[in-house]
Amino acid sequence: MAELTYRQAIAAALAQEMARDERVVLLGEDVASGGVFKTTTGLRERFGPDRVWNTPISEQAIAGAAMGAAMAGLRPVAEIMFSDFYATCWDQVANEIPKVRYMTGGQLSMPLVLRGANGSGGLGFGSQHGQSVENWAMCVPGIKIASPATPAEAFGLLAAAIRDNDPVIVFEHKALYSRKEQCPDDEHVIPLGRAAVVRPGRDCTLVALSITVGICLAAADELATHGIEAEVIDLRTLVPLDAAAVLASVARTSRLVVVEENPGQLGWGASIAAIAAQEAFYDLTAPVIRISGGNVPLPVAASLEAEVDVSVPRVVAGVRALLGQLRQSTG
Amino acid sequence: MSHEAASASDGAGPPGVPSDPDVPSDPDVPSDPDVPDLYARMSYLRAFEERADSLYRQGMIHGPVHLGLGHEAIAIGAASVLRHDDYSIGTYRGHAHALARGAPPEAVLAELLGRAGGICAGKGGSMHITSTEHGYYGSYAIVGAHLPIACGLAWAARIRHTSQVTACFFGDGATNIGAFHEAVNLAAVWRLPVVFVCENNWYMEYTPIADVIPVALPAADRAAAYGLDRIIVDGNDVQAVRRVVGSAVAAARGGQGPSLIEAHTYRLKGHSAADGGAYRPADEVARWRERDPLLRTRKGLLQAGLPAAALDEIDRQARDDLIAMTERVLAQPAPDPATAWTDVWDDGGWQWRN
Ligand SMILES: Cc1ncc(C[n+]2csc(CCOP(=O)(O)OP(=O)(O)O)c2C)c(N)n1
Ligand SMILES: [Mg+2]
Repeated sequence: MAELTYRQAIAAALAQEMARDERVVLLGEDVASGGVFKTTTGLRERFGPDRVWNTPISEQAIAGAAMGAAMAGLRPVAEIMFSDFYATCWDQVANEIPKVRYMTGGQLSMPLVLRGANGSGGLGFGSQHGQSVENWAMCVPGIKIASPATPAEAFGLLAAAIRDNDPVIVFEHKALYSRKEQCPDDEHVIPLGRAAVVRPGRDCTLVALSITVGICLAAADELATHGIEAEVIDLRTLVPLDAAAVLASVARTSRLVVVEENPGQLGWGASIAAIAAQEAFYDLTAPVIRISGGNVPLPVAASLEAEVDVSVPRVVAGVRALLGQLRQSTG
Repeated sequence: MSHEAASASDGAGPPGVPSDPDVPSDPDVPSDPDVPDLYARMSYLRAFEERADSLYRQGMIHGPVHLGLGHEAIAIGAASVLRHDDYSIGTYRGHAHALARGAPPEAVLAELLGRAGGICAGKGGSMHITSTEHGYYGSYAIVGAHLPIACGLAWAARIRHTSQVTACFFGDGATNIGAFHEAVNLAAVWRLPVVFVCENNWYMEYTPIADVIPVALPAADRAAAYGLDRIIVDGNDVQAVRRVVGSAVAAARGGQGPSLIEAHTYRLKGHSAADGGAYRPADEVARWRERDPLLRTRKGLLQAGLPAAALDEIDRQARDDLIAMTERVLAQPAPDPATAWTDVWDDGGWQWRN
């Protein structure tokens, strides 16, 4: 077991996969010098310039070249530095990459990974660098979506994404990059589409992803002091979605709270809530609650950002209201 | 994949900054009677950015900060030839461009420090400083995004026959994004009154621009593709910037369409205040430090007979002013959290459903 930060885990997963498969190549802005978040440190030195390519600031060219190279049999991993920048290459990401296998009747496959920093996490990155945008991708059939919550997940999910024959976007959380954890030494892969119950509990199910996993675990600790045992599910991937894990948990707890960092307007939590409404209706003893980021662009001043970001107190208050301990709901 | 191809595209060699491209450099001795005033304005920007840098390093600024240290002559020189109702627009490295147009420094500092008096109400922060009242239509943090927007500002002026000009500032790295090419082409085809000013500081974050362009100069060597003149200016010479941007602005105002100017400059610090800039060779940094726009203007003014004490006094006043201002701003409260929910819509609110 080695102790790795989340950012080191990403570099380690890239190294593991590049060593294993010479078709894996990297491209992105500043990746040859280790990347602005230091997630590709040492890879250019170890694997050479044919495997690690610096690009201009040209997201359309980055995503498009990844696609073409994947069509030609490579397994590119493209860094989109901040996930807000997907908007600048949305044609490639939404119209080209996820469609080409299907619209060619299966003639082409798209074994590529797009990865980069996502989310707010209270770091003051604001409206154009601090968004959580998994749900942008989630409304496009044909893209898989992974959002690791821990260093070990960052390692294992990225490795699985690289081995997958379909396009995967890995949303790394920029507020987790310096988090440290023991990671397995031997080959480490976490299959896409398998959620984890990261804390068992009988009173309610908290469904979380990426940064909200830690928020829900902290909230569950606090809820325990109020006599509420919350079960926390880390979804790990949104597509494929481990709906069975959510439904099984709701069958045990009878209450569902979905906690997402992005604005609630059409957030991924809406899909979870809808699945529960249709498939777990008779298991539920209370309405499904969603706790999400505010439906506003992300402000920078700390006092404003804290007001709209998901937080432990908001989750605690939401769950206590759901269980009748508090009167008003903060959902 | 050939090794040669890899090297050509992202050259593993030392970062290439042409030693002295064909920059028509003015003698630094001022011929322009406004130079003492321009010096004072640049000195104020310098003091502001140094203050911001130090506040950032003390952990007092939430979120990233990109300083215009070293770029002062471009902001001040260009602003000095704009009419009060002209538009300008820039990037996340935008404090200087807002201040140069007359945005109140105290409100800009309050925005950086997350205080209630912030010029964007605390919602934009350092990367989105805006002062429409002073013609500065904003700082945008998605590289390239604001070049098409500049076209729109200029287009509106054309449609309304207001003779307003738009000045658009961006970096060398921005010339590689599609939006740059679409915007410059549109401006040329529609003969829009816009002056594109590329602040070539030779780096896009950590990567030397030479590694990611196939020509020597990112903007100037692309101008011909849009039927525009190849215009290069020493961006560390405030008089030269003033003259070159001045004639482009006059041309735009006179209905002769857009210009693309490449101004050569250098960051005195890293890409953002969090970056030490260690990837830049020491001799390169030293060479550019000699070309510091403030030092050069100062030298010229001394040669023209201004007493050093007068210039020192200008610098001292700027620093003192900012120290006192910092105290006042820090005494302000944080923005009321309730204001996080205002100004999504024109009705002042944020609701998307009843
Ligand atoms: C579309 C997009 N891609 C990448 C970035 C990340 N980024 C921010 S600034 C920057 C470098 C810009 O370099 P340049 O245009 O030369 O401007 P400078 O910072 O040197 O003033 C990069 C890559 C971004 N903000 N937007
Ligand atoms: Mg630059």
